[in-house]
Amino acid sequence: MTTKISVQQVGKVFGEGSHRVEALKQIDLDIADNEFVTFVGASGCGKSTLLRIIGGLEYHTTGNLLTDGRPVAGPGADRAMVFQHYSLYPWLTVMQNIKFSRRLAHGRENISEADVEAASGRADALLALMGLNAAANAWPNQLSGGMQQRVAIARALMGRPQVLLMDEPFGALDAQTREVMHDLILHVHKLERPTIAFVTHDVEEAIYLADRVVLMAPRPGRIDSIYTVPLPPEREQDMKHTPEFLALKKEILARIKETSGMKTDYDMLDQLNLGGVAA
Amino acid sequence: MTTSRPRRPGMWTIRGPLSRRLYWLFAAFGLLAPLGLWWFMASGSDVDKVFLPGPLDVFNRLVTWYVEDDLLADMGISIYRVTTGFLISAVIALPLALLIGTFRPVQAVLEPLTDFIRYMPAVAFIPLVMLWVGIEESSKIAIIFIGTFFQMVLMMAEDVRRVPLAQIEAAQTMGANRSETINLVIFQAAKPAIMDTLRVTMGWAWTYLVVAELVAASSGLGYSILKAQRFLQTDKIFVGIILIGLIGLVMDQLFRLAHRKAFPWLYLRS
Ligand SMILES: Nc1ncnc2c1ncn2[C@@H]1O[C@H](COP(=O)(O)OP(=O)(O)OP(=O)(O)O)[C@@H](O)[C@H]1O
Ligand SMILES: [Mg+2]
Repeated sequence: MTTKISVQQVGKVFGEGSHRVEALKQIDLDIADNEFVTFVGASGCGKSTLLRIIGGLEYHTTGNLLTDGRPVAGPGADRAMVFQHYSLYPWLTVMQNIKFSRRLAHGRENISEADVEAASGRADALLALMGLNAAANAWPNQLSGGMQQRVAIARALMGRPQVLLMDEPFGALDAQTREVMHDLILHVHKLERPTIAFVTHDVEEAIYLADRVVLMAPRPGRIDSIYTVPLPPEREQDMKHTPEFLALKKEILARIKETSGMKTDYDMLDQLNLGGVAA
Repeated sequence: MTTSRPRRPGMWTIRGPLSRRLYWLFAAFGLLAPLGLWWFMASGSDVDKVFLPGPLDVFNRLVTWYVEDDLLADMGISIYRVTTGFLISAVIALPLALLIGTFRPVQAVLEPLTDFIRYMPAVAFIPLVMLWVGIEESSKIAIIFIGTFFQMVLMMAEDVRRVPLAQIEAAQTMGANRSETINLVIFQAAKPAIMDTLRVTMGWAWTYLVVAELVAASSGLGYSILKAQRFLQTDKIFVGIILIGLIGLVMDQLFRLAHRKAFPWLYLRS
């Protein structure tokens, strides 16, 4: 297996002086070609920052970051990013959003008639894959949140990126829609074989989707542990109820709680109750 | 057993609905009530017409102005001055605002400076404008420009800054270079807000008309108001003020209409 993304001793410091925040410290991680890796961890542990550094949207202050063995210098079409909110272009229809990358010079170099045809065919295929045929000419704000995220994913896939970076892409969706999206993204992963780095707050989602789950810890942001998911590559919703799945989920949840440095919920509740009595 | 039908939210619900008919009814009330009040106050027998002319006097003055004093020419020249000053300021402000809202160094150089100048009263520039631009038509346009430009730049720059970062970054991770990001994303995303800023600043441009026509003018609505003041033609002052208001209202509505036509995706609800 070849390494797609190599994160070597990467550190990130925001601000200086009294505003200095060490968001990431000595991150070491190799992500293999076609691998699906999810990132979980307490809020503020640097998941988004790491993803943005891989995407070239943020610069690391120490260490090396390589894709295909070459250092990353800024964002590029080989690493598409899907955001949680507000990334679709409201003035373009669904179809125009998906074809956006075709309007860029980068997508127009040495272009032939056949390429234009193929691109158009690919847009149609992505539309069908995402179940958006009926919405092709709608504007984004006519769509539900789940449909909007499907458009965002289709748009990211349009340029055949080798890496797909997703920062809580389903964070704003309801549980049912989310399950549908899970199977959809797994299907996409099987068809297109991109390498996927996926940040989430939902441990169940993290396990269900991933080959490996990376657990990060805060202050300073670092990798705490990495879990290889003991499930067959073909995932099915029923697997969420298997003992292996549940055991791993419990283990990860417990570890996140330990690393987060927050009091347990029971302590909090006690405090609330005491406050109530005192008042 | 009684079933209760769900009730339509009333018009006093917070951000509640209002039917089109009721809307126009209320709007008509809002416009006609002050007119009625004015009529009532002016119709008292002991009210001096120089102090407060009635609606009829004002209407008569409107007719004489139109018939004898070439009202249309005055309106035309004023509209020309305001729109020219406004357009020049818009054409210069737009690229500057895009740069200020996009690049921090440009912001650092231009924004504090603009902020400083915009607090200077446009009237105070009159002597300088006369000195530098002269007393030709261009001087009136220059005053309108000074009155609107600096506000316009700052507001447009803010519109540009409000473009969601996710939209910009999405383009970058699809391979957009800098000029593509600015042209295909930032400008497109900011357009509706910029158009609203144009609508608002157009209104402000009109408020500088009287100031502009202080400069050696011999025609125009603002000039006529100033001249009427000298001859105590209060009714003519009323006509001038009301006409400026009406022209402003019409332009405002035209901008709103154009906004609806140009950005239909913003008007999908209601
Ligand atoms: N642009 C920035 N400037 C300053 N500090 C930042 C910036 N972005 C992130 N940080 C800080 O870096 C740390 C990591 O933030 P990050 O957003 O990566 O966390 P996260 O794991 O994604 O959190 P969440 O789960 O809440 O999304 C936080 O302490 C945050 O305050
Ligand atoms: Mg985050």
